[in-house]
Amino acid sequence: MDTWSLLSICVLLGLTTRWAVSLNSYSGAGKPPMFGDYEAQRHWQEITYNLPVHEWYFNTTDNNLNYWGLDYPPLTAYHSLLCGHVASLINPDWVELHTSQGFESSAHKLFMRATVLIADLLMYVPAVVLYCFYLSEGSNRKKVCLVLCILLYPGLILIDYGHFQYNSISLGLALWGVLGLGLGWDMLGSLAFVLAVNYKQMELYHSLPFFCYLLGKCFKQGMAGRGLFLLVKIAVTVLVTFTLCWLPFLTDPGQVLQVLHRLFPVGRGLFEVLCGNLHSFYLAATLLAALPSSIKLLTKPTLWQFKLALVNSSLAFFLFSFQVHEKSILLPALPVCLLLGDLPLPAVWFLQASTFSMLPLFLKDGLFVPYAVTSSAFVFYSVYLLSALEHSSEEELQLKSLSLLPFLSQSPGQFYLSVAAMAGLSFMSVALAPPARLPDLFPLLVSVFSFLHFLGLLLYFNVVQIAEPPSPRRKNPKKTE
Amino acid sequence: MAASTADSWSWFPALALGVSFLKCLMINSYHSTDFEVHRNWLAITHSLPVSKWYHESTSEWTLDYPPLFAWFEYGLSHVAQHFDKKMLVVQNLGYASPATVLFQRLSVIATDVVFIYAVRECCRSVREEKGSKDLLVRPYFILAALLLWNYGLLIVDHIHFQYNGFLCGILLLSVARHLQGRHLEGAFLFAVLLNLKHIYLYIAPAYGIFLLRSYCFTKDNTDGSVRWSSLSLVRLIALGSIVISVCALSFGPFIAMGQLPQVLSRLFPFKRGLCHAYWAPNIWALYNVVDKALSVLGLRLKLLANLPKASMTGGLVQEFQHSVLPSVSPSATLICTLVSILPAVLSIWRCPRGARGFLRCLVVCALCSFMFGWHVHEKAILMAILPLSVLAVESREDAGIFLMLATTGHYSLFPLLFTATEMPTKVLLILLFTLYSFTSLKKLFRGFLLNTLEVTYLLGLIAVEIICEVVYPLLPWKQTLPFVTLLAKSVYCSLGVSYSFIRLYLSILRPTDKPKEL
Repeated sequence: MDTWSLLSICVLLGLTTRWAVSLNSYSGAGKPPMFGDYEAQRHWQEITYNLPVHEWYFNTTDNNLNYWGLDYPPLTAYHSLLCGHVASLINPDWVELHTSQGFESSAHKLFMRATVLIADLLMYVPAVVLYCFYLSEGSNRKKVCLVLCILLYPGLILIDYGHFQYNSISLGLALWGVLGLGLGWDMLGSLAFVLAVNYKQMELYHSLPFFCYLLGKCFKQGMAGRGLFLLVKIAVTVLVTFTLCWLPFLTDPGQVLQVLHRLFPVGRGLFEVLCGNLHSFYLAATLLAALPSSIKLLTKPTLWQFKLALVNSSLAFFLFSFQVHEKSILLPALPVCLLLGDLPLPAVWFLQASTFSMLPLFLKDGLFVPYAVTSSAFVFYSVYLLSALEHSSEEELQLKSLSLLPFLSQSPGQFYLSVAAMAGLSFMSVALAPPARLPDLFPLLVSVFSFLHFLGLLLYFNVVQIAEPPSPRRKNPKKTE
Repeated sequence: MAASTADSWSWFPALALGVSFLKCLMINSYHSTDFEVHRNWLAITHSLPVSKWYHESTSEWTLDYPPLFAWFEYGLSHVAQHFDKKMLVVQNLGYASPATVLFQRLSVIATDVVFIYAVRECCRSVREEKGSKDLLVRPYFILAALLLWNYGLLIVDHIHFQYNGFLCGILLLSVARHLQGRHLEGAFLFAVLLNLKHIYLYIAPAYGIFLLRSYCFTKDNTDGSVRWSSLSLVRLIALGSIVISVCALSFGPFIAMGQLPQVLSRLFPFKRGLCHAYWAPNIWALYNVVDKALSVLGLRLKLLANLPKASMTGGLVQEFQHSVLPSVSPSATLICTLVSILPAVLSIWRCPRGARGFLRCLVVCALCSFMFGWHVHEKAILMAILPLSVLAVESREDAGIFLMLATTGHYSLFPLLFTATEMPTKVLLILLFTLYSFTSLKKLFRGFLLNTLEVTYLLGLIAVEIICEVVYPLLPWKQTLPFVTLLAKSVYCSLGVSYSFIRLYLSILRPTDKPKEL
């Protein structure tokens, strides 16, 4: 069959899965007074639609920052403004100042879910298709399989279409950034990534690799000539994009500071000193963990190194940062999705573990059935379509040069064991009541289990990135500079 | 797809599992009153003794399927009690707790295993030529995908809520057994099917004539006509005893209790009107529209005066009084149906073409009943589309007819899911199925299967949908004439269905047996 028709079928399957998941409950459904992320997004539409720009991030009588105050950068605010306008055209009650607090109806739910689908369709899905077709190797059939597997990744579907968020926009923009850089369009790639950071500040997890890759590329081209020119072009692109995004807030330094304070809540006064020290400690630990990968990327800026660095850096940030939300696992998950074609078994393992790590959140939102179905579908289809278990020899896991880690030669068996354990723990969490003395037993077990997996896979991906032989003698030559 | 060869069947579980996953995700979709119907039947069969099953009428949804289906519900009810005992209380009308929804949905998904098995058997019986090694272009793969992922079944069974997968599974299994030459098993399965849902009586003539002609008469004369002397009494008696014993098992208890008339009156309620609330796209929809058009024209041109007002009242009981054309009674539709299936059935008597000829006749009978039947539901189109899929992967002409019938028939199911939340689901799924069926069959038969007129008609379906859903609500007539959109869809679809019907009928009447094209 033609590639385009197979591709369309896979995209349609991905979209159908997304919409089917969206039929379920969302975070905070029917739970006053605070509700959940769904209400937060609706509230931001209300705030941005009704109030002037300079009041969005400030605590005023009309804008109570304790009730889901805006804590994402300006692009989220602009997006909420756009949605707010559309909402008011359909039903003004949805964004009426003050009175629409806690508004819930099936028509409103349909509208909100539709906004997620449209954003996904415009931003994330095209980026995935373009990535698979232009930046990955293999036959056309394999590329189409890759599209399907990436689109079936449960973590993103369940958070965006279940819990309710717009990660597809920030992750999509980051993916456009990777696309730009991979195809050699550095300025467009930088532009896309800056937009991503300006949509959700958590994208800063990906900033170190972007920075090191571009800097390394400038060095390679010679700092005396083209390299310097490239550096200047990128710096100008970044600055101009930031300026454009923050334009309404640049009139007053107080505005800028307040927005920064909402994005990075560090605390005030004496407490700041203590927190500051704690923050410094965690920051140091994180940077230390991300250092080897970043340095390697700086010295060897290829697409392969870049993808691995994205994984290593964001995973290091996730594991060692202070006050990390479990949803942030999506940030390492995106680059791991990009590795599905190259290292299928570890990638599937990580992605399944990442979905599993969010189980307590899904249980709270009443999303167990979609979680179980999408996880099973994802594991089954990635293993089946990408022949993950066949490509698990030492050589294919990029461990040829290392004789250590011998246990990895039994990877398929261990993979099955791990997935079985995740399935077992999932069912126990929903079917059994925890013992009275340990009410948080199951979430704790989930956390510990996931953490061990993430740590192990962080080591693995670091090894793969750093131990890469100097001359690329691989079966599939990667796109190099 | 990647590692398995075309000869191993590892792709089959992948297809079956994939569609089952999708069905599980649909658990929280909209469900229709059919959900309550089946919950009520679970309650009736579980809580009441057998003697009361066909007398119970607390709910308006009385038991109107044959006894075997009642026993099927009885069996399900024993599992149901572990989910939520309250659903089994007859008085709990409209009870739909999350556990109830979960159980009912899972029961449909679980009983679909019969359908999955039947599809596998059909795929094994499909003829193919030694051609491309590519799995995706093999007829059995395409057939499996077209059947397992059939849009109509997904929409009607797993959203609207019914057990068609289970029933059509038995039908397809019976067909597969006939294709494999295991006729007694096929007959047994059909007898069971008749006692599960009596709508399949419409295709019983195809079975009857085929089995009589090709199974009971073991030899033909040299000119192809029947050799009367070769009647095998053993086979005839075997067939008869199978059918009679199944019916006896099913109806026996009720005959013993003297309840047969009551059961029959529940099974054949002729009080309902000519057409369902939404007109199934059959001949009577066209008939109604022509009648209306003629009466309007007649009054305008002052040719006719004082016409009886055509009334098509809504509700459960719909009386149709036509103005210009004669009103249609139940017996009239029965006669029309019987007259329409007669030529088809006679042709397989005079010129039997083996099991495939029987299958063709079966599809034609199913379509005849859809076109001319009384109070036909648009879901009945599935009875024709699913068996036609088997023919579609073996012959180029049948593939063309299939594409017309399936696309039109599936689109006609749109009004079943009228909620806004289900709109993306039904649009995405129909795009998925239509895209797949067109591209895979085109690749299989290496060329275009439809002519320009047919393609234009099918593209017109998109226009109809946009006009009905987007344009019409903005017009002022929406308030006064709200049924226009349903009418438009029904009439437009009946054109396509009638066209496919005629083409299929011509293919069965054609005297020569053309070599099957692949």
